[in-house]
Amino acid sequence: MLSLNVRQLSRICSVIPWHAAASSQAHYVTSENDDFRLRQFTEKYLHGRKAVFTEKLEFSCPNELPTIPIYRVTDTKGRIMDSTQDPHLDKETSLRMYHLMVLMNNTDKILYDSQRQGRISFYMTNFGEEACHLGCAASLKEDDLIYAQYRELGVLLWRGFTIEDIVSQCYGNSNDLGKGKQMPVHYGSADLNFVTISSPLATQVPQAVGSAYAFKRANNGRVVICFLGDGSASEGDTHAAFNASSTLKCPIIFFVRNNGYAISTPTSEQYGGDGVAGRGLAYGIRTVRVDGNDVLACYNAVKEARKIASENKPCLIEAMTYRVSHHSTSDDSTAYRSSEEVETWNTVENPLTRFREYLKQNGWWNEAEEVTLAKEYRKRVMKTFLAGEKVKMLHPLELFNDVYKEMPMHIRSQKEQLSQHLKEYGHNYPLDRYEKTPRN
Amino acid sequence: MALRQSLLVCTELQKAVFQNCARFLSHFKYYPSKSDPALVNANLGEVRNMNLCQAVNNAMDIAMDKDSTACILGEDVAFGGVFRCTVGLLDKYGKDRVFNTPLCEQGIAGFSIGLATAGATAIAEIQFGDYIFPAFDQIVNEAAKYRYRSGNMFNCGKLTIRAASGAVGHGGLYHSQSPEGYFAHASGLKIVYPRGPIQAKGLLLSCIRDDNPCIFLEPKILYRLSAEEVPVADYTVPLSKAESVRKGKDLTMVGWGTQVHVLLEAADLAQKELGVECEVIDLQTILPWDADTVADSVCKTGRLIVSHEAPLTQGFGAEIVSTIQERCFLNLEAPITRICGWDTPFPHVYEPFYLPTKWRILEAIKKLSHF
Repeated sequence: MLSLNVRQLSRICSVIPWHAAASSQAHYVTSENDDFRLRQFTEKYLHGRKAVFTEKLEFSCPNELPTIPIYRVTDTKGRIMDSTQDPHLDKETSLRMYHLMVLMNNTDKILYDSQRQGRISFYMTNFGEEACHLGCAASLKEDDLIYAQYRELGVLLWRGFTIEDIVSQCYGNSNDLGKGKQMPVHYGSADLNFVTISSPLATQVPQAVGSAYAFKRANNGRVVICFLGDGSASEGDTHAAFNASSTLKCPIIFFVRNNGYAISTPTSEQYGGDGVAGRGLAYGIRTVRVDGNDVLACYNAVKEARKIASENKPCLIEAMTYRVSHHSTSDDSTAYRSSEEVETWNTVENPLTRFREYLKQNGWWNEAEEVTLAKEYRKRVMKTFLAGEKVKMLHPLELFNDVYKEMPMHIRSQKEQLSQHLKEYGHNYPLDRYEKTPRN
Repeated sequence: MALRQSLLVCTELQKAVFQNCARFLSHFKYYPSKSDPALVNANLGEVRNMNLCQAVNNAMDIAMDKDSTACILGEDVAFGGVFRCTVGLLDKYGKDRVFNTPLCEQGIAGFSIGLATAGATAIAEIQFGDYIFPAFDQIVNEAAKYRYRSGNMFNCGKLTIRAASGAVGHGGLYHSQSPEGYFAHASGLKIVYPRGPIQAKGLLLSCIRDDNPCIFLEPKILYRLSAEEVPVADYTVPLSKAESVRKGKDLTMVGWGTQVHVLLEAADLAQKELGVECEVIDLQTILPWDADTVADSVCKTGRLIVSHEAPLTQGFGAEIVSTIQERCFLNLEAPITRICGWDTPFPHVYEPFYLPTKWRILEAIKKLSHF
């Protein structure tokens, strides 16, 4: 406080010359100076990481550093590489994971085709990334909060999201939990602790950190997991989130699905560093890179990350996988990548094939069961899909609900305007596809 | 001793500089208000003289005291804030409830939405309204649409974002803006802009407790310049309710924030020089706004001036004009007039000529009276 006054005085009144304040420090010798600065840099600037000086001018060169290795448990043939890494999942859990991968596959095929036929407006499949979803989901606790991007259907299925829920959301019919407000695949479920998906990329990442902070304060033992893609990782929001999770010490797992593409943009045009994992350490986040097509590797990584996160240390997992599907139904990926590449990932390196081999080695699965299961799921999805198509959408006046918790006057008046308009002009609108009366 | 003496000299010198230099003179006279009669009836008891900064601090103190999930976060809020609005709160509520964030507005907004989604009360600070734009996506695409897009399964209603806004005498382009117009296009948000300490405290408490995401814009020039007798107790001022702060029969004027005081002074001038009795309405809530109070007044007076510091084109004044024109067409006796900032960035040395001053308003009153 005194020194501040001295500075003010010297500036405004010229009573004390400015250099007089500085001259009191002149007795410093170099070694003392180093100690002081090294201590300051270590403790204040680098949070305990040891600061050192060097007299050699040398830029750290990213290409000379080793890349972060890709953790795996099984090889392409589903064989355990190191028995100490075997999570020893029981038969029931393993089969449930596999069943849901097959279910997701069949759902994707049928809904993709139905979009092509114009029966739903849009769809995004999950082909090639099934292992990431199920490996993650199975190692989380049920009340852990999930923030997703849009290509994480398997996680929802594990939590108990039904084929009906999927179909209702994609049709936006009156059974849709989201009340028909959003585009297809924008799922959400409060009961399943899965925060409703939104289209703007990476916005969920800092939100997930905020929720994790709230859990930390509530001391409720819950952690948050946030999914994002390699493209989303370029958004400013991801930077914001990584940084805040580290400084505010939040119980969160960031799970990045690095599938090689953001629509048509290959990762070579997305970043210049060691993937997304390479950034984690720079933010002070514990980081691992895993084989995203290895369901057991994903399982182990998330399980360990959950343990670390619950001690309020954020974790980053980068799962290396491949987007076998087109980006969405609005995209034809043959315009920017070779079909050979896609074919290899879809057959030889397919995560389902790999897990199936593992199951077979344990004697838990055979080809005959495979055929029956796929057939059964196809039938169920088709049946649900056809039923969903017949369910009407909510009354058009539903469009005014939930903008605010309560409906303000101006929106109430606009609702009345539409209501009046439909009385006279209703025959010009597709009213037969909507329920006849508003629910509230 | 010598030090003490020179300190005194310094203080005197500073005073002299500030009083005599036109640059530091504010462009308006502050009109203190009395507690709303409704609040007095509630028998709130003790009052304390507070400026806007202290009133905001007091509101947050009450909110934090009564809601253990409430957190205050932003850049530099831990030591008390660059405007001192959060002084003392860290000591009282602990560093896990009052904390600095990294310097990143989109992060502050996103993080706060996440807090609110998880059921905690988030009181976020954006240091200046001018720096809220990096958070625009989080506020407009996320916060405003959270409840709607999830079919009411999730919401961030417990979110309030405070930001210091408006002209301050020498803020230039990036310490002067009033961003309310940008956000008024985003249904799902509530936007509030108080004119003084009594309203600031009551409105901020309403925002914090409202079940919708709110943006609370604090006229930073009033942080220290305003002072009035503010009830110490916990009270709220309702959102979406305008307040008629001066009665008149000839002409209605609508504004918010600091501009209400400019309008009040112009009304006094008009009374004295033109014999025109102006009614002045403080809109208080920009979204959803109280069209009824404005329309009732205009039906009575037949004339309307809307005034705000933000630029004219697409400013929130345009919304008021079109709505009132539609609702009061048969009562209007003159075109509705907007006196606003010019359609330029907010300039540094030209601020006295940029702002919608009492003289520009007086001129408009004169023209409208003779229309």
